[in-house]
Amino acid sequence: MTLALETRGLMKSFGGLIATNDVSLQLPKGARHALIGPNGAGKTTLINLLTGVLTPTSGEILLDGGDIGSLGVEQRVRLGLTRTFQINQLFPDLTPIETVALAVSERQGRGGDWWRRVGTKGAVLDELIEVLDRFDLTDRMTEQTRFLPYGKQRLLEIAVALATKPRVLLLDEPAAGVPEGERDEILEAVAELPKDVTVVLIEHDMDLVFRFAERISVLVAGAVLTEGTVEEIKADPRVKAVYLGEGEA
Amino acid sequence: MTDTTDQPLAPVARASRFLAAEARWSWLEIAFWIAAFGLAFVFRSNHLLFAEIAILALFAVSLDLILGYAGIVSLGHAAFFGLGAYTVGIMARSGWGDPLTGLVAAGVTAGILGFLTSFLVLRGSDLTRLMITLGVASLLHETANKLDWLTGGADGLQGMMVGPVLGHFSFDLYGTTAYVYALSVLFVVVLGLRVLVHSPFGHALRAIRDNPLRARAIGIPVSRRLIAAYTLAAVIAGFAGALLAQTSAFASLDVLEFHRSADVMLVLVIGGSGRLYGGILGAIVFRLAQDGIANITPQYWQFWIGLGLVALVLLGRDRLEIVGRRLVGRVLPWLVGEEKAR
Amino acid sequence: MLTILFDGVSTGMLLFVLACGLAVTLGLMNFVNLAHGAFAMVGGYVTVIAMQRFGVPFLATLPLAFVIAAAIGLVLERTLYVHMYGRNHLDQVLFSIGLVFMAMAGMDWFMGSSPQNVLLPEALKGRFDVGGVGIGRYRLFLVVVCGILAVALQLVLSKTRFGSRLRAAVDDQRVARGLGIGVQTIFALTFAVGSGLAGLGGALGAEILGLDPSFPVKYMIFFLIVVTVGGTSSIVGPFVAALLLGIADVAGKYYVPSLGSFVIYALMIAVLIVRPNGLFARPGR
Repeated sequence: MTLALETRGLMKSFGGLIATNDVSLQLPKGARHALIGPNGAGKTTLINLLTGVLTPTSGEILLDGGDIGSLGVEQRVRLGLTRTFQINQLFPDLTPIETVALAVSERQGRGGDWWRRVGTKGAVLDELIEVLDRFDLTDRMTEQTRFLPYGKQRLLEIAVALATKPRVLLLDEPAAGVPEGERDEILEAVAELPKDVTVVLIEHDMDLVFRFAERISVLVAGAVLTEGTVEEIKADPRVKAVYLGEGEA
Repeated sequence: MTDTTDQPLAPVARASRFLAAEARWSWLEIAFWIAAFGLAFVFRSNHLLFAEIAILALFAVSLDLILGYAGIVSLGHAAFFGLGAYTVGIMARSGWGDPLTGLVAAGVTAGILGFLTSFLVLRGSDLTRLMITLGVASLLHETANKLDWLTGGADGLQGMMVGPVLGHFSFDLYGTTAYVYALSVLFVVVLGLRVLVHSPFGHALRAIRDNPLRARAIGIPVSRRLIAAYTLAAVIAGFAGALLAQTSAFASLDVLEFHRSADVMLVLVIGGSGRLYGGILGAIVFRLAQDGIANITPQYWQFWIGLGLVALVLLGRDRLEIVGRRLVGRVLPWLVGEEKAR
Repeated sequence: MLTILFDGVSTGMLLFVLACGLAVTLGLMNFVNLAHGAFAMVGGYVTVIAMQRFGVPFLATLPLAFVIAAAIGLVLERTLYVHMYGRNHLDQVLFSIGLVFMAMAGMDWFMGSSPQNVLLPEALKGRFDVGGVGIGRYRLFLVVVCGILAVALQLVLSKTRFGSRLRAAVDDQRVARGLGIGVQTIFALTFAVGSGLAGLGGALGAEILGLDPSFPVKYMIFFLIVVTVGGTSSIVGPFVAALLLGIADVAGKYYVPSLGSFVIYALMIAVLIVRPNGLFARPGR
């Protein structure tokens, strides 16, 4: 069985400080995996390593069995590794149509096309509507993103990532900052992500993690403390200790 | 405008309609071009001024591509303008006076410089970019100053022999040929850019300006797009410089001076950046204002330009834009189809 | 050879005094102030006017240049600049270019466009010989004055209460506010002092840099080089950068006059390519 995403002995140190310590993860295709850990456990560094913002000090990152460790951010996206952001990173002046069309065009290899209008070539329109529809964004798709309510922006954050047709999708706290009333819509959207996409959920909120994830890795001080099913993690006294702040592993 | 009338339409059709509407020619636009070309038949004594406006507009439109669309603040856009001017100037002095081939050559040399220097502006903060662009322009200015056997140094390039456009239309004293020629080049460039800004490439530039981090994270090769945009902007600035040298049969260090880079930025800001016609509108306002002020106090118009800049920024460019937009919206509600719901 | 080095050092120290105010504006307020050279120009003209119209001796005009430039700086900071903090860099650039244009045209109107001369006192004229090295008296004077200023600045920044508050504000404005430091006041004071120093530099430099209404634009790139190459995290960076710039400029113009300022610009671009945040910036993460 090939794994959708695998890391082998991933290490990252800044000067003397080790931010990621020997992290080895194995995620099969279609997995619903959560990555949890207290503040400062190295979740952000790990995402940056996976997506290519940072270069690992040592270790390998494999996407569908191929080494992607030396590729840049956008090359990894093209191969199918995409992330969302904890704090919305959108294009305030662009409409949802334009935003999602960008991702679709780029994936179809027409991002450098300057002589044809967006949406006149290829199945861009069908695809972009499919994505917007899945996240219930078609009603307000012709408004500039900056005018959308926060919950809608949060959905667009995931929608544009999904439009790159990722094989592996990293969701960085998808429900962060969403008011209670709009929260269910986000959780629903996350739960209904396509089954063949491998999803890695980086989250604080245990409720969401336990509802959504099949397996969980607990990150502490840059290293994987333990990995297991939801039940195993729930029952693990060490995890409780970490979250109650009673000590490091 | 957002479509409210066609709710029953399928989302795909609505999206398609929205994108088409964004790119559609508005009546205002069509009227503008008809009027602009129509001016070639009247007000003959002002044609030289009109030609200058068209050239300045072209220069500003080229800056808009990198500043308004791609978000790169440049203090040295005159480098490409000046290189274009000197390219046709030196060619014309050496006996190659055909305007159109000269224009192309100027675009090529400016484009090469743009391509080479684009790698320098990719990285770094706004400040680094300011310094690099300023540095490149200063470098070119100094080079032109020192290579006086080639450029005429501080005296300027004397003895340019510019031939007739297309072998037929010689440059006349009134500047009618100059105006039609410059306006035609501007028109063709705007036609091209109209297509470009509504293409995936054009949208990608706006995305990069808004948020380069996310642009990269959805698979846009940011560096490659910026290199292309910067190079293209350099080509267009080279055209503008070439037009100035050809229509005035002269090129001097003035084409590379700092004030040119600063002026063109002002022109663009007056007209509104990131909207293609902003540069043209700005050029008209700037040049007419300059002319008006110069008639009153010939030496000190720069003071009023400076005051205008300070006031513009202090009042807030956004706020002025909203006011202007509302005015246009009130007076000509049926003409703003192109202005979008933004 | 050593004479050139000495001339270079004196030019460099002069550039430091001219530009150090800009380093503070940029580092403290993250404000791109292209109009910094205008304050220097004001200082230069204060000296010229005081000497020519009122017969004030050269040395006595220097404090005057400082005070008047600082006062103008203070007024402008409180009335105009204060609205520009936190705006985007494009707005700041446009705003300060506007000020430059106004200053240049205003000075042209007021004093005419021709270059101004400063008559140095006899004691500062000429050269003398030390072990075969020709030393210009005025150059030596520059080195001494600017050297004292640099040391004084460093002492103020590192030893005094004001200095530590200033450094705290540079490091993190929010934290500094939380500690009850009056960031506004510090902004205003440092801006005034920085402008004053520029004015003093303009007065001192009128002799070797020349003085006419185009001064702010002519030397703008030099000031910017000092702060971008030197970085804004300490005062040592700009100081070293200014020295290097001064030496490179003097040496370049002496040995390869045909290249002119070419060397400087090329060097700056090269440095910014290798170290986009300046030679002495704190290493990034």
